Amino acid sequence: MEALSLQGGFADPARDAARAFRAVLNALARPGVIEAVTGAQPPAPMSVAAGVVLLTLADPTTPLWLAPSHDLPALRDWIAFHTGAPLVGPQQAAFALGRWDALQPLDRFAPGTPDYPDRSATLIVDVPALEPATHRLTGPGIRDAATLRLPGDEALRLNAGRFPLGLDLFLCAGDRLAGLPRTVKAEAL
Amino acid sequence: MTDYTFAYLDEQTKRMIRRALLKAVAIPGYQVPFASREMPMPYGWGTGGVQVTAACLTPEDVLKVIDQGADDTTNAVSIRKFFQRTAGVETTEHTAEATLIQTRHRIPETPLTEAQILVYQVPIPEPLRFLEPREVETRRMHALEDYGLMHVKLYEDIARHGAIATAYAYPVKVEGRYVMDPSPIPKFDNPKLSDSPALQLFGAGREQRIYALPPYTTVVSLDFEDHPFAPTKADHACAICGADGSYLDEVIIDDAGGRMFVCSDTDFCASRRTATGEPADA
Repeated sequence: MEALSLQGGFADPARDAARAFRAVLNALARPGVIEAVTGAQPPAPMSVAAGVVLLTLADPTTPLWLAPSHDLPALRDWIAFHTGAPLVGPQQAAFALGRWDALQPLDRFAPGTPDYPDRSATLIVDVPALEPATHRLTGPGIRDAATLRLPGDEALRLNAGRFPLGLDLFLCAGDRLAGLPRTVKAEAL
Repeated sequence: MTDYTFAYLDEQTKRMIRRALLKAVAIPGYQVPFASREMPMPYGWGTGGVQVTAACLTPEDVLKVIDQGADDTTNAVSIRKFFQRTAGVETTEHTAEATLIQTRHRIPETPLTEAQILVYQVPIPEPLRFLEPREVETRRMHALEDYGLMHVKLYEDIARHGAIATAYAYPVKVEGRYVMDPSPIPKFDNPKLSDSPALQLFGAGREQRIYALPPYTTVVSLDFEDHPFAPTKADHACAICGADGSYLDEVIIDDAGGRMFVCSDTDFCASRRTATGEPADA
């Protein structure tokens, strides 16, 4: 393990994680809202925002799958040191991290069960940008309609159609992130 | 503040609660199981709400805690002091100044904003529990969207009393899917659950459940076409501030049957008196 892997975590874990979680919570509760976060310096190609989400939510109790785009030794070391999350296959993963195309197909992730729809995977997606908007969003958390740049179309439509089962996504670009719960209905602009 | 970790709970516990909160937001009205911890207060005093608040607080938050609308009762004061000591956050009694409000059984009269989070303390999160005691069965009923039993219960109210007699913890349906217990708020408050600009989070400590209503979520109180839902309150005006649209507490004032009706929301009542030039602590 290189010394680099030991750096780039939260400087003040309790307070940094608290501020990061409020941004993450607000992003998921209000789809279309873009939140800026700080505190993590993960190795490339993981974005700062994706690093913050992992540091805030992942720990030894949350199995993580790294998509091929992010399955690199430096990233594995950084995640092992800062979160301790066990690396597993996509079917067992509580979290999955990667680029949109590397995460496909989405039906390999756990969507939850009818009795326990919360036992579903959360995808942390590194995207090139969150703007300009490509889709119009409606659903809980959105007053009338919101807009956002989405990486895909059909996969997200299928995901929303499985409610109450489904996957929840965080789209991360640089130090900014947006939330995409399974309840969001997206139509192309 | 260095004697406690920020907001009392250890980081792994907070991560566990935070993950449950995110799933709760993603599935509005569904009760997410979580590994509720022992808190330094008894069950029934808001251990679920306290854990949700601890997982959400940031050092910049301004915290308000109410118990049945009041800022100055034992439960509200002790929880407020708990977070002053363990998180060092600023506290307030004014609804408009707060960024996070923990509540026991009321929604403030002052309309909430997008910058606020409302955390409810919940005793029994399962709306079907008194109709079906088995968890396996109620879980399956939620999965199958089988809520006939709840309508039978409301119908029996009508058959027996001529009206739906449920006055608090009145069941609601969230986004046309999950039937949810709004915690024992008076049904007067039910309309405020729907399309609220604020995020609403519910924590049940003893029962180990967390659920949520994202902002601008459609929440419908269950009813029948010929017996539509109607929020009710005591048919009086507040004896202190004169408000005739707020929820009232009935206070016994002597042992000869004398009583008065006053606003249950103490901040709402006090600010109305301040606005009309009366001393707020009268």
